[in-house]
Amino acid sequence: MLNASTLLLIPLLPLLSFLFITFFGKKHLPKASGLISIFILGVSTLLSLNVAYNYFFVVGMTNGIYQAIIPMKLEWLQFYPGVSIDMGIILDPISVMMLVVVTFISLMVHIYSLGYMKGEERFAVYYSFLDLFTFSMLGLVIATNLFQMYFFWELVGLSSYLLIGYYFTKPSAVAAAKKAFIVTRFADLGFLIGILILSFHAGTLDIQTLIKRLTTSDTTFYSSAILTGFMGVSSLTWGLALVFIGGAGKSAMFPLHIWLPDAMEGPTPVSALIHAATMVVAGVYLVARLFPIYAISSPHLLEIIGYIGIISSALAAIIACTQTDIKRVLAYSTISQIGYMLASLGVSQYGGLNGEGFSASMFHLFTHAFFKALLFLCAGSVIHYVHSNEVKDMGGLRKKMPITHLCFLLACLAIAGIPPLSGFFSKEEILAAAFAHNQTIFYIAWLTAGLTSFYMFRLYYLTFWNKEYSPAHLAHNHHDEGSWNMKLPLLVLMLGAVGAGFVPFHHLVTSDGQPYENEFHLNITLMAIGLSLFAIIIATIFYRKKNNLPDKISSMFSRFYNFAFHKFYFDEVYQFISQKILFNVMGAFSSWFDKNIVNGSVNTTAFITEAFSETIKPVQSGKVQGYALAFLFGILGLIVVLFFFNF
Amino acid sequence: MNLLVLLIIIPVVALAISVFVHAEKVKSVILFGAIVELILCFELLREFMVERAAGNNSPYLFEIVYPWFKTWNINFHAGVDGISVSMLLLTSLVTVSAILVSWKIDNKPREFFMMLMLLTVGAIGFFISMDLIMAFFFLELSVVPKFLLIAHWGSGRKVYSATKLALMLMAGSSLILVGILLLYLKSNGSFDISVLQGLHLDNETQKLIFPLMFMGFGVFTALFPFHTWVPDGHSSAPTAGSMFLAGISMKLGGYGCIRFAAILLPEGTQYYSTAIIILSTIAIVYGAFATLMQKDIKYINAYSSVSHCGFVLLGIGMLNQTALTGAVLQMISHGLMTALFFGAIGMIYSRTHTRDVRELGGLLKIMPFIGSIYIIVGLCSLGLPGLSGFVSEMTVFMGAWKVPGTFYKAATILACASIVVTAVYILQAVAKVMLGPIKDPHFLTLTDAAWYERSASWLLMLAIIIMGVLPMWLAQMISHDTAPMAVKFLTLNP
Repeated sequence: MLNASTLLLIPLLPLLSFLFITFFGKKHLPKASGLISIFILGVSTLLSLNVAYNYFFVVGMTNGIYQAIIPMKLEWLQFYPGVSIDMGIILDPISVMMLVVVTFISLMVHIYSLGYMKGEERFAVYYSFLDLFTFSMLGLVIATNLFQMYFFWELVGLSSYLLIGYYFTKPSAVAAAKKAFIVTRFADLGFLIGILILSFHAGTLDIQTLIKRLTTSDTTFYSSAILTGFMGVSSLTWGLALVFIGGAGKSAMFPLHIWLPDAMEGPTPVSALIHAATMVVAGVYLVARLFPIYAISSPHLLEIIGYIGIISSALAAIIACTQTDIKRVLAYSTISQIGYMLASLGVSQYGGLNGEGFSASMFHLFTHAFFKALLFLCAGSVIHYVHSNEVKDMGGLRKKMPITHLCFLLACLAIAGIPPLSGFFSKEEILAAAFAHNQTIFYIAWLTAGLTSFYMFRLYYLTFWNKEYSPAHLAHNHHDEGSWNMKLPLLVLMLGAVGAGFVPFHHLVTSDGQPYENEFHLNITLMAIGLSLFAIIIATIFYRKKNNLPDKISSMFSRFYNFAFHKFYFDEVYQFISQKILFNVMGAFSSWFDKNIVNGSVNTTAFITEAFSETIKPVQSGKVQGYALAFLFGILGLIVVLFFFNF
Repeated sequence: MNLLVLLIIIPVVALAISVFVHAEKVKSVILFGAIVELILCFELLREFMVERAAGNNSPYLFEIVYPWFKTWNINFHAGVDGISVSMLLLTSLVTVSAILVSWKIDNKPREFFMMLMLLTVGAIGFFISMDLIMAFFFLELSVVPKFLLIAHWGSGRKVYSATKLALMLMAGSSLILVGILLLYLKSNGSFDISVLQGLHLDNETQKLIFPLMFMGFGVFTALFPFHTWVPDGHSSAPTAGSMFLAGISMKLGGYGCIRFAAILLPEGTQYYSTAIIILSTIAIVYGAFATLMQKDIKYINAYSSVSHCGFVLLGIGMLNQTALTGAVLQMISHGLMTALFFGAIGMIYSRTHTRDVRELGGLLKIMPFIGSIYIIVGLCSLGLPGLSGFVSEMTVFMGAWKVPGTFYKAATILACASIVVTAVYILQAVAKVMLGPIKDPHFLTLTDAAWYERSASWLLMLAIIIMGVLPMWLAQMISHDTAPMAVKFLTLNP
């Protein structure tokens, strides 16, 4: 069942749907486009599940390892012998896992959008963009070639731009879309230069060959990458670091995270799909894809990546505690959880039990996709109901929206790591891996887990408890909590958020493809659950009923609170850099220089030529006597010259 | 009859007929001629690929020689390789599209369309020339129509711009002429490039002639600091004129730099490669930053052309096969892309009667087709995968990075960095012109593209997408003919 033509259908079906809607459906089937695209994606999802089943359970392991299978690879553009962009499909545990996650979450979001986006003017266009995104993301996941990955990497960036800016007449949405594209583009510059460096030294762009050549120390490729360098750092490390910057941009790691909270301007289902479950974890996926090189050839860099992850995680969690926009809280929470995944990769090594961080990271990516998509879709239902993103307009919704309430509560428990929900298992593995390899990261991760529980339950109580729901405009409240097509995905994802933790990841997805047995650490588990419960209790005291405790506490730490509330002033710093330096200095200087110096000298040349002609114009007077005189002097002059210089 | 001769004859016949038919009918004649030309170019492409597939590896195919001025050994010598075939395709595509876009022009239509065709003759003749004087003849043939197009059908400071453009291009041409004559003297009386290529001119001669040729052609392709005709010329020109200027005319320069400077004078190229790289990197970065501050959508595109054409020269300066192939690809990609960009801008301007970004806004809602074209071509400009810009820029970068040495790496990194600035100014322009609320209630009455504008856009758009999705055949065809050049550079001692 793992033949190329079937596999090719998985990404190509969404592309087909995109093309069909763009060129035909948009005009002729504006209403039915959604159903068509759901049907097509449904087929893609079934195929992915089938592939996963076949890969893990039918083909299974060879020599005790889940082997990477490459059913197809075509040369797309050759740069020079050996180095070419190939378009291919790779099947290995992480890509198969991602295939399932991407198609499944995308399908749920497609179904949910039927209700959420109903009546939108550009309904069909919305679906076509979703399909474009799904195609690009699938292309990224199955990439066999570093440049193929970059190719689709840019395309997911485009889809994200189009979907954030879906309400394109709204200036804030336009600004957010632009910001997201430019910030990630800036990071992708790192990715691109990283690719240039790595491919130059490895003499290939093919990921598997690249890994082989850059991890085996007796090859000429490896020694050229290690021996050359810049500023005391080897080319290999530079390349890997730059590639990681690309990943950090996509995955919204500090300090490149600023686009993600703004990206919440897009429709909420989009945030669930792109900015929570799939695209933003591309950075983690990228590091995981090249993991052997990072772990074997540049372990110090990997450690730094781990620190970047955990610092992002902690800072985002702190900011999340202060935000009042439901989607922004979730956005910061996403940054925080992705930071967790990277930290987990950072504490991992290659192979065996020492690679448990890798497995844990992928596990958390998997479970996070379910509970975070669920959280976003619940938030979408709430926003749909109250017509506002601000928590002050919510409160007391548990009776009005029972199903959403239940789903949200379970998702909160999952992200807080309460057993036996999915988040518990993956977080426990991450903490265990961190405890074994890096105590600093472990303690920060542990504290962040507490913060996570606190802000999630703060959000939960503010939305569903806190006060009686009494909207300012009662007329708005004519509808139910959502149609069946909005409730169904919630319930399906809820099953995922509850049950995904029971997938035995350390048997399926490991750093070297070899299953291992993980140990259960009772003390770490107790520490984590204890802190989570403690945080939940505090959140309950603070926010279950309206009281003035939160205000008191925040005014006690007013300086720090304000600092966090303003997101540590990252936006302002960027604003300064882009406005003052990029535009006002570089741009203004270039354009001034061009206008006055370059163009000025051209005009001056023209002016001088003209003035000169003007001066010598009288010579051509038309008077024959004048010409004769000049002729005479000319002859005399020549005679003198010839006479004296003896020509 | 030889296909190449036919390529010259068809437009000339179309021009001749246009003189006699009724002014209203001229555009149909010219369009018909252009379409026949396009079909012939595809036929040429097909035959060329068949020949190459059959193993014909001679550097120039379909060669034909007619004596012209026997006394001076000047011949009509035509011949094509992969580079010229792709340039011919570009020229004929842009021509058809430019004619379609100007379909409704009513100010002296006969003269207007004849000028366009004359430009095409110049470009086609130049791209098939294997004789320096013949090339120079066709190059000059294309300068005068440009002047008239801008000065008569243009807008804004049109006389100033037209004069500036004509004078600067003439200055460039005069450098080229001096170079050509010097080559003639040093080669014992030959203008033929197949002869000149085989000669080995001594280093001093090459160092003397190369800058003349390179700077001369550089003026055409916006070599920094001789680029100032670009913004003024493009923005004052009528829509079809801008499409021609950016799409074809700037390529004459790039092509000339490769064919008549780099190939003929390899030592000279190598000697000056550092200077080429410095100037082109400046053009790339500085053009991008200067674009940031522009308020007129035509100026935005004109300055971005300066930046994008820098990639062509950078590719040449890096002296290896990949980079050279990238340079040619970039010429094609930039030609298609800016032609379409100026086409879309023309469509916008003819409706809104303003090109100031501060006065535009929300146009996508009113004219979805034109808006989408503008956005897609903008994405091509910022190097989005799946469109032509990605293919060419990445090829230049990959080639450039292969050259060892910190200087070259630094230039490549700066060039790469410019794609971020490109993203900034493109998205900024898109946001201001296309997105956001509708700025002016008058815009609500505007209409979307008409059939001729749609077909013009689709033609170039398809070319951009085909090149972006299936670049391998084009890259292969070009790299076959950049390979011998690269080998030449390799055998030189640095």
